[in-house]
Amino acid sequence: MTATRMRSPLGRALGLGSAKEGVEHWWLQRITAAALVPLSVWFIIAIIRLVGADIETVRDWVSTPMPAILLVLLLIATFWHASLGLQVVIEDYVHSPLTKLGLVIVVRLGCFAFAVAGIFAVLSMAFGMTS
Amino acid sequence: MKSADRPISPHLQIYRWQLTSVLSILHRAAGIVLSAGAILLVWWLVAAASGPETYEGVANFLGSWIGLLLLFGWTASLFYHLCNGIRHLVWDTGQALDLKSTYLGGWLVVGGTALLTVIAWIAGISNWID
Repeated sequence: MTATRMRSPLGRALGLGSAKEGVEHWWLQRITAAALVPLSVWFIIAIIRLVGADIETVRDWVSTPMPAILLVLLLIATFWHASLGLQVVIEDYVHSPLTKLGLVIVVRLGCFAFAVAGIFAVLSMAFGMTS
Repeated sequence: MKSADRPISPHLQIYRWQLTSVLSILHRAAGIVLSAGAILLVWWLVAAASGPETYEGVANFLGSWIGLLLLFGWTASLFYHLCNGIRHLVWDTGQALDLKSTYLGGWLVVGGTALLTVIAWIAGISNWID
């Protein structure tokens, strides 16, 4: 009888292992990374063309559909990826369980908040709801 | 055995520096820098949405020496994390994991980062002067 056979059928189907988390964190890190390859290349090119631009130029740019959509996607992928990555860094280097938990929560909520702020800014410019 | 007597593994400064380990730690460092850079992006977007005065303040800061230094660090980190991230994604498929390929890929990442950073700044500065 091999070791794998000793796991229950349900355990094998869920495939979560002893940490009960499975590969979700690892997998999401890769999916957001793959999304960020084209998004960040687009962003860099776009931002180089905006160097020295005044506010009107920036608002005109953000209020066209494609940049607005890509910026929202970039913000989601960036902060999701950052949240996952920073969590691993904290888990590796912070050894006090309470500080570790606290920092992971701060990073999670912070990334969420900054993503919301960025998306709100993009949408308000895209829909012309600015003063 | 008391925990103090237990043999411990040598610390970081014992090992010889090597390309692979340096690039590995740089990947993390660049990731942390980019997280801060992402906040800069949100700051810029929120300022553009807020109004001309707020935007002016952010634009002036980004155009200052400190701002330009931050932007340079941010671009270099982005290109590095991007190139090395692609190297990681290739590894995830099970390819290029032998010693020769990890060093070749590593140097390609170093060269690519330098090249892309220089190109981006030449393009950006020539755009700024116009």
